[in-house]
Amino acid sequence: MAYIIEASGLKKTFADVTAVDGISFQVNQGECFGILGPNGAGKTSTIRMVYGFSPKTAGTLKVFGLDIEKEWRSIKARVGVCTQENSLDPDLTVEQNLHVFARYFNIPPAAAREKSQQLLKFISLDQRRAARIPELSGGMMRRLVLARALINDPELLILDEPTTGLDPQARHQIWQRLEELKAGGLTILLTTHYMDEASRLCDRVVIMDHGRILVEGKPADLIKEHIGHNVIEVNDPCAELRSFVKSLNIESEDLGHRLIIYGQGRDELFHEIGNKFCKEGCLLRMATLEDVFLRLTGRDLRE
Amino acid sequence: MRAILYGNISKRFFRVWQRNFTVYQKIWKISFVPPLFEPLFYLLAFGIGFGALVGKIKYQGLEVSYLAFIAPALLAINIMNNAFFENTYASFVRMYHQKTFDAMLTTPLSIEEIITGEIIWGATKSVIATGIMLAVISVFGLINYPSGLLIIPVALLGGIAFGALGMYFTGITPTIDMFNLPIFLFVTPMFLFSGTFFPVENLPGWAQALAVIFPLTHLVNLVRSLSIGSMHANLLWSVCYLIIFSLVLFPLALIKMRKRLIK
Repeated sequence: MAYIIEASGLKKTFADVTAVDGISFQVNQGECFGILGPNGAGKTSTIRMVYGFSPKTAGTLKVFGLDIEKEWRSIKARVGVCTQENSLDPDLTVEQNLHVFARYFNIPPAAAREKSQQLLKFISLDQRRAARIPELSGGMMRRLVLARALINDPELLILDEPTTGLDPQARHQIWQRLEELKAGGLTILLTTHYMDEASRLCDRVVIMDHGRILVEGKPADLIKEHIGHNVIEVNDPCAELRSFVKSLNIESEDLGHRLIIYGQGRDELFHEIGNKFCKEGCLLRMATLEDVFLRLTGRDLRE
Repeated sequence: MRAILYGNISKRFFRVWQRNFTVYQKIWKISFVPPLFEPLFYLLAFGIGFGALVGKIKYQGLEVSYLAFIAPALLAINIMNNAFFENTYASFVRMYHQKTFDAMLTTPLSIEEIITGEIIWGATKSVIATGIMLAVISVFGLINYPSGLLIIPVALLGGIAFGALGMYFTGITPTIDMFNLPIFLFVTPMFLFSGTFFPVENLPGWAQALAVIFPLTHLVNLVRSLSIGSMHANLLWSVCYLIIFSLVLFPLALIKMRKRLIK
């Protein structure tokens, strides 16, 4: 089957930095594909090339099987994009934002009116159609950006950190809409540094760092492969526990004030630690994508 | 280079123009006020107050009142200001603060179409303001018709020239406050020394040579001749100068804006 996005050896260099360092990936029809990574990993640079904003430095990049360099206009007509920064038009009302955007796609006025009515209902903003943009909350703005990206009935939806800065209610609102779109068969490419978001929405993810792809796979598979099933976390571990864990020769990470033990079926070990070493500050939980992410990209701050 | 510049321009640039027009329709009542009253203020101050000291002025061998001399200059300055300020401050706000161009770039619009749409919009604002001002000034009997009607297409040409100039500065200025520099260096000297409030011939020789380089000198020359109804051959040269000026500045604006926005 043909890929919706096919990148190979894709590279992006700015004056003195390599933002994307020869990455390859494919996105299938109807799938939600996530690009994860810390700040500055090259996520935004990658998707900007995909939606035809940034010219690539090297490699090949095809969207819908078409060359982005030559056929950018017809590709862009079939793609919807939610950029990271709010780019809603503050000079226009909610509804006008959609109408004016529809004109950029040469959508006739009657069709644009019908489509925007339908989209405003979809994002629950049909009561606010005449509102000015500065009157909207952060969550409403983000939903409107989503609606705007859907005005041309795209075959591929690209979202750059769709829920950054939103409160939990607003994030869940967005996720619900995206799940509905996914169920409708839309192909989605998103970047995020929220691992719960990626786990919930993405069928497959890549974790990027320093412009390179570290791993690729289904979230559940990545967790199984790199972490295991469980994680034991111990706060302020004592020296005895440290040497005990070392003697077991198992996958663990010592962060000083916290000891993290990875692996499969850790119930027994957990009880043993609880009984022998510490009554409190010890917890057994399911491994998450965040464990994979932190293990692979490290715990140093990215600023 | 030419293929890169112009290959990306289709008639879709009209959509960008249309966006600005939609916004204009919401605020047109306020936009109408300055071109309506500004000429009245100037005519009162310079024409009646100052004109009494000046008396008649010789222009193209004709004796004209000071009022008839400066009224067309006000039109020309207005053409310059509308396009120049639209494509500097207003375009900069759309580009930098509102991210309007970034949003447009996620659609099938090219950066060249966006900039073309902006410049043509700037010129449109010049034409609208010229239409209003022309009506006001005509009430005082200061415009000769039918030649005065040609001031409208001249406003479009002048608007494109000054809009492209403004857009070029928008492409290279780091912050919005820095527009003070091109305004101080170009717009203010042009406002004063382009044969606007006194004939260019009153300047010393070297300054006259400098004034010929100013696009506003040529715009004033055109609008004044059409207002007074005195057609002469050097009008053609002024039209040519404005066309050449636009043909140079327009691609320069495209190049600088592409360089600024596409990363």
